[in-house]
This record gives sequence, structure tokens and C-alpha cells, in this order.
Amino acid sequence: MTKIKTGIGRRSFIKSVSVAGGGLIIGFNWMACKGPAEEGSEELAMQMPDEWFELNGYLKIGDNGIVTIYSPNPEIGQNVKTSMPMIVAEELDVDWNNVVVEQAPLNTEVFTRQLAGGSQSIRQGWESLRTAGATARQMLLIAAAKQWEVPVSELSVENGVITHKGSDKTIGYGEIAKAAAQVEVPEEVELKDNDNFKIIGTSRKNVDAKKIVTGQPLYGLDTYKDGMLIAMIVQPPAFGMEFKTMDDEKVKEMPGIKDVFTIDTYPEDMEKEWSDVAAFSKLVVVVGETTWQVMQAKKALNVEWDLNPELTKEIEILEKSAGMDDASGLESTDIHATLMADVGSKQSEVVRKDGDPEKAFKNAARVIERSYTCPFLAHNCMEPMNFFADVSGGKAELLGPIQTPEYAEKSINKRLGLELEDIDVQMTRMGGGFGRRLYGHFLVEAAVISEKMGKPIKLVYSREDDMTNGVYRPAYHVTYRAALDANNKLTAFHVNAGGIPESPLFANRFPAGAIDNYLAESWTLNSNISVGAFRAPRSNFIAGAEQSFLDELAEEMGQDPIQFRLDMLDRAKKDPVGEENDYDAARYAGVLKLARDKSGWDKGNSSLSRGVSAYYCHNSYVAQILDMSIEGNEPLIDKVTCAVDCGIVVNPDAAKNMVEGGTIDGIGHALYSEMTFKDGKPQQSNFDTYKLIRHKQAPKKIDVHFVDNGIDPTGLGEPPFPPVQGALANALYKATGKRFYRQPFINELQTIDTELKT
Amino acid sequence: MATFNITINGKEKTIEADPSTPLLWILRDHLKLVGTKYGCGISQCGACTVHFNGSAVRSCQLPISSAANNEITTIEGLSENGDHPVQQAWLEIDVPQCGYCQAGQIMSASALLKRNPSPSDKEIENAMDGNICRCGTYTRIKAAIKKASNSEIA
Ligand code: FES
Ligand code: FES
Repeated sequence: MTKIKTGIGRRSFIKSVSVAGGGLIIGFNWMACKGPAEEGSEELAMQMPDEWFELNGYLKIGDNGIVTIYSPNPEIGQNVKTSMPMIVAEELDVDWNNVVVEQAPLNTEVFTRQLAGGSQSIRQGWESLRTAGATARQMLLIAAAKQWEVPVSELSVENGVITHKGSDKTIGYGEIAKAAAQVEVPEEVELKDNDNFKIIGTSRKNVDAKKIVTGQPLYGLDTYKDGMLIAMIVQPPAFGMEFKTMDDEKVKEMPGIKDVFTIDTYPEDMEKEWSDVAAFSKLVVVVGETTWQVMQAKKALNVEWDLNPELTKEIEILEKSAGMDDASGLESTDIHATLMADVGSKQSEVVRKDGDPEKAFKNAARVIERSYTCPFLAHNCMEPMNFFADVSGGKAELLGPIQTPEYAEKSINKRLGLELEDIDVQMTRMGGGFGRRLYGHFLVEAAVISEKMGKPIKLVYSREDDMTNGVYRPAYHVTYRAALDANNKLTAFHVNAGGIPESPLFANRFPAGAIDNYLAESWTLNSNISVGAFRAPRSNFIAGAEQSFLDELAEEMGQDPIQFRLDMLDRAKKDPVGEENDYDAARYAGVLKLARDKSGWDKGNSSLSRGVSAYYCHNSYVAQILDMSIEGNEPLIDKVTCAVDCGIVVNPDAAKNMVEGGTIDGIGHALYSEMTFKDGKPQQSNFDTYKLIRHKQAPKKIDVHFVDNGIDPTGLGEPPFPPVQGALANALYKATGKRFYRQPFINELQTIDTELKT
Repeated sequence: MATFNITINGKEKTIEADPSTPLLWILRDHLKLVGTKYGCGISQCGACTVHFNGSAVRSCQLPISSAANNEITTIEGLSENGDHPVQQAWLEIDVPQCGYCQAGQIMSASALLKRNPSPSDKEIENAMDGNICRCGTYTRIKAAIKKASNSEIA
């Protein structure tokens, strides 16, 4: 057992709070949120407690033993709304069937990190969630011991029932909860040994599943309140442009339309949070009664736009430096490609250097050099950006999908000058996040619009608004070089990586540490296109590129691609080069071996083309082996075998779901998706032109295997996404005889097919 | 503005709206039946799928003027208590991630199974290809359809 200081902060424990039955659960659907949505639940629904006792900010216990656990973090589909309460329930020692889950409100005094990002919810919540459960359990035990006048050490608990060893007396949590709420919060509590886990490590169903499959309101876009109006935005058609003037007279007369005006979401003098990223600050807003009416009005609106000289000037200089005569300062994808290959890589900075790479390259018998690129990507959450805002009487009520509610509250404080305690931010379940909803400009826009209208409004982005008003995954470019000596031995490794406008380099990740002579360089280029985190930022490109290069290298050296990597990892483990390496070579090798064994790699499979890849990010390790064929001109993915080391797996089946989804997502984006620009204008604005992976293109089978090592949990939402792109590229090579260097691969794949056909 | 009579989930509704208004927005904005989702508005994602006289259609492309006097079923009306075999299979396989696309997936799947109770893999893929799942739950969706169908294989 681990002793742990409770230290959640005295203030986080709201002592002796009892709430009259039902008082706190208005509008709360008992059935759909109850732990497992199975038999017996109806019976349970009859048993609403008359009184609730809040033992700490994470949970309250009803007088009938029902326990409500608040899930602190935003739910974007990563299933923390189920897994976080599971961790509390584990230490509380309660029957999961008696648990009801509610989304916690934003409360920075109780909860430490109410953010969905960096695959950190479980990792960073692990201790506080366990402590919250264990502390409440201890308080219940103390209360029972006092009532029976026996020492706490003589008591045990199972499924929410306390038993006294000597007398066999029992009491349920519900019966002792009132007394427990009066108990002094213990300074220190004991956490369970992993061996004693009963809930953690067992599969529990998504607590919102019933609501999802019956179409109950859950998402921000489902918000409808009395007197609420619909607001939509009209934005500049291209990056580098801004609002000039508009003719809105006729539009204001259209049916249902209430007003048309412009807003400045982020005035220059506003002190911004990191999450205040927006494609455009100055927007035209149309407000009306229904979504369709506002959509029609948007179409009829005549807006004139202008070049923004401040924005375009710098880009123009950059383009001229690449020898372009017709530089306009409005960015285009073909220009980006030239800039990355010819300008960026020539102005790089050394980030890490081991040994003497220059000398090794000079003395090399052979140098292999390959470059890889990827385009901008739009997040394309299925639920477009939206937010409800009601700003009036010096208060703001905000409700909707946001990954960063803590920062959103601060942004509203700075933008509208309201006190933090007058700002109420509530989180809805999100129709996807992928990093897009870290950037809460749409929430600020909604608040500004509501304040201006003096009415509650719901801001709704159309799919086109959502896709062309992005905070995109940047475009990246990387060149790898490897030096081989006369014996075909790898003597030096060079990575030169950059992007528009950030670099994807992780200088201290594998293969750093495995090669004596190593050089890592980085560069960036300016852009007006708004960018931000996209599922597994930077890794989402560099993993695939690196793993493709290693594959090619292994082939050039005549080695098995898995053994080649294992040998390098062995070197990194036994005799690492440098001290900054930020991966564990043994865990890395572990997932590769597990994937190799589970996929039957050594046995081979003649009919399918197979590629392997492994990567480390967000504190977790993933290896994937992909089997595919080409039919006609379409890649057909038969199977992906995934081996994952993310430490303890809280909810195994849900974790599998996440790995399956990450795998499909990684394949889809590498194969099909791109956001391109012409004169600053996004060239894709909806799913007719922007390709997302679909049913037919998805792998037929995904096998997921977890390493069982008892280590505290690490990230899972992001790690399965990056490596599979390498496994895909390597399998495509086997299937076509061609290496793939530019994402999305489908573009090159189609030209190969044309060549083959003609 | 015009007045339309429409049967939704077995109930008669009278609606005042512009004739061009897509059924999707009638359901959501006018009737507060929000289970039918907006994803693209151009018939590309399937999030808005409903049953129109029993067949799966994209409600974002169906103006109220054409929907009137027909039988519409939405996810809310697929079953009384969420016990349609497709919904049950979805729960058993625990398909959803974010869940946003799932109502549309379920409506497409249930229309498919009604027309073809034992679809092959290919038939499932063809019927479902218009429904995007951004979270990538495709393998689970297929498993759930198989489970709900007569052609469940080990
Ligand atoms: S919203 Fe109708 S198909 Fe996408
Ligand atoms: S579950 Fe998220 S879009 Fe399908």
C-alpha cells in the first residue's frame, strides 16, 4: 500500500454539505448516466436518495448508497467521463453499479487540470482521483468506527459495505455518509496496491452510450434555451485579407434576421491567453431566429474584403527571397513547397549534435538522403465549432464544447471585463476535439455577440466556416541523411526538420542516443495561416517520416526492419549516446517485440504487403504492423496489429476503441487528407473536396495488445496516431515497389496506377 | 413562410417554415429533436440520416416541402426505450467515441438491415460509406451491424 498525503487542499473539501434529494440533479438523466447501462437500472432509478452528502469535490453519497462521481475533465471522445470516475470508484471501494457519473463544473479550487489535451487526463489525474476516492473511503471508515466504538483497523470494506471483523456488524455507505461528512479530512490516506484493483483494469461501458444511441441532447450544438437566437459568422475568404465594407440593408430585412454587424474578438490591447488563437479576429456576424434563416442571410450578404498590408508584407518578402517575381503575400501550397525545400532547410539551427557527424558524412562510403513532407490539415471535428452564451447583467453564462475551460474563463474576464466569479463556463460532451477546441475563440466570439445583442445566443459554425476558419496542423518538411561506411555500417545520422510555421523536430527522441554521430537541425518559416495542436502535434508527421526512412535504411543495409530497430534500441539501452534522450529503450523494444510476435512477422505472409513502425510520444510506446494489398487503384488494408505500452490500462475495451480509432485516423490522414491554399484561400471547404477516411477504406481488422507492466498510466489518446503512418508507407512500398514521401499518399499512388495502366 | 403537415416518429406535426428549409433544421430548430446531427449540410457525412418512408435519407438535403405528408423516423423514434436490435448491438460493442456521428450511423444501419437482414461485408461497406466517423469507429460499427444482423459470424 502506498501512503499518500491527501493535500487536495482543505478548500476542496466542502464539509458537511447535504443537499436535498434531486436538488442538484435537475435535468439529469439518471438512466443514461448510470454506470453500466444494463439490467437492474430501472429498479435503481426508483431509488433516488432523499439526501446527498458531499464528502469532497469529486463525489457525493446518497443516503441509500448511490454514489455520484464527478468527472473533472472535458470529454472529447477519449472516454475520460467513464475512466476518471472508475479510478475514484476503485479507491472508494464501491460497486460500479451504484455509481452515477456527472460532468463536473469548472472549478479550479477543487480540480487541478480541467483540460483535454496532451493525452494527460488520466496520467495527471491518476493520483488526485485515487486520493479523492481513498480519502472519502477513510472518512466513511472513521465514521463507522466511531459509531461502533472500535478501531478503524478492525474494519474492512467491500462494494460500499463496511464490516467489523470482530462482531460481523455491517453498515452501508449510504447509512454512514451523513456522519462521514462531519469527519475531519485525514491528513494521509492509503492507496491500494495494484493487485487489489477490482474496477481499474476491467472493461466498463461508456456512461453516455445510452444517451448517444437514443439521440438525447449531449452536445453544445444541441443547446436550445428560451429566447435564444442563432448567430453565424462571415469571415475573410483568404488568409491575409480583412473586412473592408458591407451592404447589409436588404439582408436585415430578410425573414427572421435580427441584426448584422461586425465584431473584433481580440482587440489589439487585449491581454490574450495561449488558447486565444483565431484565424480572423474581425468578423461579420449575422443573428437571426433559426439556423436556416441565418444561413440564407449569410449567402445574400455583400461584403467587400481588402488585403491586409501588415499581414501580407512579411510573406511577400519571404516569397521574393525564394526568387519569385509575382509575390503577393497571399500564400499558396505550391509556393509553400518551394519555400520549405529551398529556403527553410537552408536557414536551420543546430538543436543537438553528438560526436562528429560532419566528419562521418565526409568519410562515408555511401550517403542516403530522403525528404518527406505533409500538408496542412483541418481538424474537422464532426460537431462544428459552436457555443452558447448569455451575457447580461454583469454575468456570463457559457455552455458548449471546449477543451480548455479554465483558459476560456480567463479570456472572457479579459475581453469583457467581468469578474471571474461572474463567469460560468459549462462543458458539454464534445463531438470530437483533436486539439481544435483548445482554441476557444468561438466561445469569446459567442460572448461578444451575446453582450452586443443583450440576448442569449448560440454561435454556430457551418461546416464551411469550421473548415476554412481553422487552427490547422502546420505543413512540415524533413530531410534525413544517413552515412554508411564500406561495411554498410551506419556511422552518422542527420535530421533537418522544419515547417510553416513550426518545426516538427524532437531532437532527443529515437534514434538519438543510438548513433555516435548525430545531428539534429530545425527551422521555421512565417505564415499568416492560423495553426495549432492537432492530435499528437509534430509527432503526427515526424513519426511516419522517420519510420519510413528507417525502413528504407534497413533495406539498404540488408537488414530486417524490426531487428534493425531492435539492435539500435539495444545500443541506446546499454550504451546511450548523450544524456538527454527522453525515451526508455527497453519499453520501446518491448512494443516492437510484442507486435512482431502477435502479427506472426517471422512467419511472413505471401499474399499481403506488410509494413512496420514504432514510436514514442505522450509518455507511451506504440508499435504497429500493417497488412495490405492494392486492388484496382485502391489501397485495401486488411489488418493492423498494434502493441501499446501506456502503463496500467484503466478501461481495457474503451482503451482498445481509442487505439482502433487512432490507427484509423492516422491511416486516413496520411492517405487521403489535405488542406491546400491558393492565394491565401483554403481550397477545401467541405467533405466533397476534403477527403476523410470512410468505411470502405478502413482496415478490416485491428488487433490491439497492451503491455502489462503495472506502471502508472501514461497517454493513450494520441500515441496510436503517429506511428501507423510509417507502417502504412512501408507497406505501400511493399505493395507498389515505390517509396512514398509526400502525404497524402493517395496523390502519388494514383499517378503510379496511371503509369502502370498506360 | 408556409404551413406543412408532417408525421415524425408517428406523431402529426404542423410546421410553419420557409419551404426550402431542410428537414434537418426543422427537426433541430423547430421541433428540438436534436438527435439528428448537422455535419456537412451537403449530403457528404451522413450525420443527419433519418428514415423517410423507411429508407435512409440525408435530412440536410430534404426540404420540408418534400418531406411533408410522408413518414419520418428519427433516432428518437427508432425504438421506445433504445431497445432496437441495432441500438442494443451498439451498446454491447460499446461503439461510440465522441458519439456525434452515431445516430446517423445507426439510422443508416437499421435501414440497411430492414432491407437486407443478412448483409455481406461488402454490402455493409457500401451501405455505410456515406457515413463518416471522424473518430474512426468503423471496425466497431461493422461488428455491431453484424451482431444485429442474422449473419453474425464468429
Ligand atoms: S449533414 Fe447531412 S449528410 Fe452531412
Ligand atoms: S464517434 Fe466521433 S465521429 Fe463517430
